[in-house]
Amino acid sequence: MPPDAALRVRFWGTRGSIPVSMTPAEIRRKLITALVRGAGRSLDTPEKAAAFLDGEIDFAVSDTFGGNSSCVQLVTGAQDYVLCDLGSGARVFGNDVLARHGSGGHTFHVFMSHVHWDHIMGFPFFLPIYTPSNRVRIYGCHAELEDAFRRQHAAPFFPVDFSELTARIEFVRLQPGREYEIAGLSVKAKLQSHGGDSYGYRFQRADRVVVYSTDAEHKQDDLGEVQGFVEFFRDADLVIFDSQYSLAEATSIKEDWGHSSNIVGLELCQRAHAKRLCLYHHEPLSDDQKLAALLAETRRLEEITRGDRRVEILAAYDGMEIAL
Amino acid sequence: MELTPKRYVDTVVLAPAGRLDHSTSEGFKTALAPYMASCAAGQDHIILDLAGVEYISSVGLRVLMLASKQANAQGGIIGVAALQPAVKEIFDITRFTTVLNVFPSVREGIARLSPPALSAFDAT
Repeated sequence: MPPDAALRVRFWGTRGSIPVSMTPAEIRRKLITALVRGAGRSLDTPEKAAAFLDGEIDFAVSDTFGGNSSCVQLVTGAQDYVLCDLGSGARVFGNDVLARHGSGGHTFHVFMSHVHWDHIMGFPFFLPIYTPSNRVRIYGCHAELEDAFRRQHAAPFFPVDFSELTARIEFVRLQPGREYEIAGLSVKAKLQSHGGDSYGYRFQRADRVVVYSTDAEHKQDDLGEVQGFVEFFRDADLVIFDSQYSLAEATSIKEDWGHSSNIVGLELCQRAHAKRLCLYHHEPLSDDQKLAALLAETRRLEEITRGDRRVEILAAYDGMEIAL
Repeated sequence: MELTPKRYVDTVVLAPAGRLDHSTSEGFKTALAPYMASCAAGQDHIILDLAGVEYISSVGLRVLMLASKQANAQGGIIGVAALQPAVKEIFDITRFTTVLNVFPSVREGIARLSPPALSAFDAT
């Protein structure tokens, strides 16, 4: 894809806090539901079965939102790869790069929201770090950025020490609020409320804007702080937003746990005139049915609170791709 | 914000109106504060009559949550009643129906909180 091609966003890990997998009971429930719905139908070829699933079965039954922790790719059209976070989804991404383009000669630019475990746990299994001709540049605003990655590789947590990684790995400290030009993108970080702090990123190329804002609590007591996020999201084509909790949870029993809700994401996007809100960092307790319900409810809320502009609501799933 | 208070023995009914959003919530919170001081064990119950509220945002809901926490800490009870359909839908989607006392009508709320107040309410 040429460098002037449209930006695309690809999700490799969308689950919050810890990776999850579907239980055997969930898989069985999906199979039973689909088989009953297809009873009496002529589904005797893979093509017919696929068309039936795509056309007549809800996503929560035919597919899954997935269970890998945070990792999102910005597909810029340039040769270098651009990622946000290195959760367990980074393992799948790394394998995909190797399968498609070989093991060496790649450059990766990774923007870290923070260094909590679910956002760095994919790094030891990100195979490009074991090939000498690869280069990995890890950007972040935390002083302990490099230390966190090194400690994750140290004994007794992992058998391969950081010093044994053969790729060229560099850590780049960014200052929030300052605009950088990296990998063909304008990038600006913003401090967010989370245990140990987190940072959101606003990426822009030409007139296209993507905001990656995860692991952020929005209490909305401080109107100046709220306005700061409205400006950070201003006119974005896509806002990827931490919607792990319901608003009731986020303001009661899970207050100060560092996460936000679909409601606050929608309100910020409405005030910022953002075009799309993508629900992200899904609650590990939520199965596919719950996440589908979350998406439907958020779309309904957008409908009943819409002003003169519509915000398109999406829910991220592992493997999802959005063209901007 | 004017809350047009009405007292029925030990229960105070307050009636905010319009939109409870980022531009009005601070005024709502300020207007509610004096009533919350006496929403305590052995003192007043509070019912917010939301029949005149056409929209409530996350900031407005947060004011309700903070009021509920204060009431709980003081041993008092606060509830909301008579939600318009759109506001009821917002309560459902935000799951606030699971963390606040939500009553179909002011009368049903009073009936749940205070039999003496119900008698006074029915007598008006």
